[in-house]
Amino acid sequence: MAEVTLVEAVNLALARAMSDDPSVVVLGEDVGVNGGVFRATVGLQQRFGPQRVVDAPLAELLISGLCVGMAAQGLRPVGEIQFMGFIYPCIDQLVNHASRLRNRTQGRLSCPMVLRTPHGGGIRAPEHHSESTEVMLAHIPGLRVVIPSSPERAYGLLLAAIRDPDPVVFLEPTRIYRAAKGQVDDDGEALPLDVAFVLREGQDVTLISWGAMVRETLTAADELADDGIRAEVIDLATLKPYDENTVLASVQKTGRCVIVHEAARTGGFGAEVAALIAERGLTSLLAPVVRVTGYDTVMPLPRLEQHYIPSVSRITAAARRVCQFS
Amino acid sequence: MAEPAITDEELPVIARFEVRRRSYLAPDGTILRRLPQFASDTSALLSLYRGMVLTRAFDTKAVSLQRTGRLGTYAVSLGQEAVSIGIASAMREEDVLLPSYRDNAALLWRGVKMEETLLYWGGDERGNHWSGPAHDFPFCIPVGSHAPHAAGVGYAFVLRKQPRVAVCLFGEGATSKGDVWEAMNFAGIYKLPVVFVANNNQWAISVPLKLQTASETLAQKAIAAGFIGEQVDGNDVIAMRAAAEEAIVEARAGKGPRFIEAVTYRLGDHTTADDAGRYRPPEEVQAHWKEEPIARLRSYLVSQNAWGKVEEERLAAECQQLIEVAIERYLATSPRPPETIFDHLYAELPAAYAAQRRELKDASHG
Repeated sequence: MAEVTLVEAVNLALARAMSDDPSVVVLGEDVGVNGGVFRATVGLQQRFGPQRVVDAPLAELLISGLCVGMAAQGLRPVGEIQFMGFIYPCIDQLVNHASRLRNRTQGRLSCPMVLRTPHGGGIRAPEHHSESTEVMLAHIPGLRVVIPSSPERAYGLLLAAIRDPDPVVFLEPTRIYRAAKGQVDDDGEALPLDVAFVLREGQDVTLISWGAMVRETLTAADELADDGIRAEVIDLATLKPYDENTVLASVQKTGRCVIVHEAARTGGFGAEVAALIAERGLTSLLAPVVRVTGYDTVMPLPRLEQHYIPSVSRITAAARRVCQFS
Repeated sequence: MAEPAITDEELPVIARFEVRRRSYLAPDGTILRRLPQFASDTSALLSLYRGMVLTRAFDTKAVSLQRTGRLGTYAVSLGQEAVSIGIASAMREEDVLLPSYRDNAALLWRGVKMEETLLYWGGDERGNHWSGPAHDFPFCIPVGSHAPHAAGVGYAFVLRKQPRVAVCLFGEGATSKGDVWEAMNFAGIYKLPVVFVANNNQWAISVPLKLQTASETLAQKAIAAGFIGEQVDGNDVIAMRAAAEEAIVEARAGKGPRFIEAVTYRLGDHTTADDAGRYRPPEEVQAHWKEEPIARLRSYLVSQNAWGKVEEERLAAECQQLIEVAIERYLATSPRPPETIFDHLYAELPAAYAAQRRELKDASHG
């Protein structure tokens, strides 16, 4: 057991998967000799060779399309898109091929690929480097969308994603790549996909989040506890398909729910969770479901990004509001 | 205007490139140059001829099924039969075909049953769970988006040291897309065993070649990716087969990718949903009928006393018989239960969607 950062946990999981399974191939821009712009793939090419750790040309569509071809042939490709802002050329591959290859061949071919990409803002990066557009991906049938919020979950969920027989987009919260530290045992144990993690139990209000925002959400829960509000904190972890039962069970218990995400509000994944609660948990609600999110604006450049990303105080204010509702 | 400091003549030429064109049979079936080795075997030529004739007969029936509401939108390969047949005939079973929506002929050649093809175009995914090679890709409909898959497949072969080749077919319109370029570029860098084939039928629905590219040839696009591009008379099945064979042999031997530009002409509409009369003069189409591939090979075979009226009639009857049986089987296939749309979404249906499956089952079974 060692204390590692989230990005180091990603690296450990990649190395473990590559060493366990010769069909795992890592490809992306600067992932080889350079070890990745965030160092997620550092040391992999030295250890596993340039055939399995491929410095791809600067072409994101290609990276995702290569993954589809490799996966259909039984390899386990793990592609890296350097920043989420550059993933959009891959959408065609994800929608039209990766997510439906199994279905359109009725199981004759499958697509066990992973596409990793940094997610979200807060690192003072240039334009196009800070968006959180997970909901676009979470709308695609046949795909899995996974986003860890700690080194432990980064390790366990990435291993699970690579071993999964279907395509997974693995979003890595950039803001906590290094800020999040935790004990990770490099034992090759995966964590379950499609399962939400209850990080803190509470009776009064359910706080639901994912990715980097889980940190602020946990801090908010601490502050609320000082005021005697016992918040339950759920890390959704897999957005597609998500763990409806854990959400509903928690809301049934607390009767109150605040959903926290960094992405823009309208049509964000919070809207889906709120709709689920409205459809199947309405009778247990004691207050309206509230979303604390980024605004429906373009993600601002770094000088203002801290105003866009939900703060601890916005979360606690929302939680207090729903607790005082009735 | 100031005089340039250096004239063009003084600047050194640092690279020159050439593009070759392959053809053996003239439109009237006469021989233009020494035929490739395989063509000395008449049975091989008869087999190519049969493949093209069967394709055309099948296409004709498929269109009439569509016109009578018993098939969905369908893309015929009228006039381009030599492309798919020539390419497929040079492949081995273990090679991987990545076809476009117009390559029914290549699939049939590789063992996909006609009723399976009809089932897919008739609106049932089970048509892609076919009797042909299990590793072949299904039809690619978003144009050119399967070219990166071919590169990925080729990469897998190299990694596993398998002497196999990925063969990717697309239309000339696809060469305008980044997908095709990105795939060719990557295949060139890693010398992958991939053969890219552009079926240059001159028309991408209503857009003519001159509005796709200012390139003199499509074949030269391979030069920029660092490998050989060859232009082939796509109405000459002997040339198509020979070009494919050479490209596949080279690729299998580790010599890297090849690009084949098959110059042909789309004698039919883009699909059954199109009316080419809206944008194409009939005289142009008429002129191209003189170059079509089936009559060309027939003329040659007749000139070799290898074919005649009796054989032609026998073949036509045989094709009709096969197609009719296939159509019967297709039409007799019941729709699958609606809730099975969930069954191949994931390897295992996530719990979150099991309820939706039940919902659909209940709704659809009344």
